[in-house]
Amino acid sequence: MNAEVAAAPTAPEKKEFWRWQENVWVDETKDWKTAKVVTCGIDVGSVSSQAVLVVDGELYGFNSMRTGNNSPDSAKNALQGVMDKCGMKLEDIHYVVGTGYGRVNVPFAHKAITEIACHARGANYMGGNGVRTILDMGGQDCKAIHCDEKGKVTNFLMNDKCAAGTGRGMEVISDLMQIPIAELGPRSFDVDVEPEAVSSVCVVFAKSEALGLLKAGYTKNKVIAAYCQAMAERVVSLLERIGVEEGFFITGGIAKNPGVVKRIEKLLGIKAMDTKIDSQIAGALGAALFGYTLMSKKAAA
Amino acid sequence: MIANYGYKDGSGEYYISIDTDKCIGCAADRACLTACPKQMFEIITDDYDDEVAWIKKPNCRTLAYDCADCKPSGGYSSLPCIAACTPGAIKHSW
Ligand code: SF4
Ligand code: SF4
Repeated sequence: MNAEVAAAPTAPEKKEFWRWQENVWVDETKDWKTAKVVTCGIDVGSVSSQAVLVVDGELYGFNSMRTGNNSPDSAKNALQGVMDKCGMKLEDIHYVVGTGYGRVNVPFAHKAITEIACHARGANYMGGNGVRTILDMGGQDCKAIHCDEKGKVTNFLMNDKCAAGTGRGMEVISDLMQIPIAELGPRSFDVDVEPEAVSSVCVVFAKSEALGLLKAGYTKNKVIAAYCQAMAERVVSLLERIGVEEGFFITGGIAKNPGVVKRIEKLLGIKAMDTKIDSQIAGALGAALFGYTLMSKKAAA
Repeated sequence: MIANYGYKDGSGEYYISIDTDKCIGCAADRACLTACPKQMFEIITDDYDDEVAWIKKPNCRTLAYDCADCKPSGGYSSLPCIAACTPGAIKHSW
């Protein structure tokens, strides 16, 4: 590849409560220049985009940022961010795999792979080969996935109709309550009594219901708790359709919200596995690992 | 792999599941493609490079309506897709 990835312009946005932490990271203990194979995974989701670099099959760096109006630009910006951090150029990367809803719009990708397969592969790396059930709580949809010890999908389900009760919904509640998104989870436990779940996690209805609860005297924390509970109940009903096996792992932005995660764990009676790696990069990480496998197969042939 | 396509809404759960391992080297000569009056099935190459059946994307959001004519209320005692798929790969949740 010799095309340059030029950073696409991004319009400055004013600080808002829903804005989650964008993140760029590289593993300073590794030197990509000595690596045999450098692969990249790009996950262009409806709300966030990630670029992950894998060197010789190991996570090396990533960039996680908000998706802009245009998928190719989001892919370019995400990749440029992490390449700048480590002085890499596009031609230094041997293979690029695109995933996420915008996967076919990653102009420099060699292959597109669905986010279902990529999340399973990423979760297998992040949580180890004991991971069997994955819940991906993305920006606008949720997926329940079973995988084997190699991270290969054995069963999956996603709700194709309603995008409610996901990352975007949390952003709306955060803005409505005027509370930074990272504080929603901890605040949801700061209530006198645990409230009933709001009846709808649909972004539109939840907004009017939340306002109604505030008027009825609910504290903000209690409204947030009711919303977190609704979201947990909703994803648990999705998970129950395919069943939950030990080795339960949550990927996607909502994995960072203990208000939802702890309620899911309570409903299921099972604890989610821990990881030190940012849960939002699971799809892009899986894509980069697929790239590594494809390169290894090619080299062996 | 068991692939579940469909949705859950206020009126119920509508999922078609396909056991894609049975689609690899299909013993029914891809009969699902012609059996479905709504032509909802399609053969794709999946992420693991296997040629398997799936439900076309737009139908995944409208299964309850799309399949209504084939269900007992439409006069059928067995569903055309399930009858045609002799390897037994197809299941309906409703
Ligand atoms: S669904 Fe049944 S008929 Fe269709 S390809 Fe798969 S095994 Fe064959
Ligand atoms: S029930 Fe009828 S319309 Fe629905 S998938 Fe089967 S054959 Fe097609």
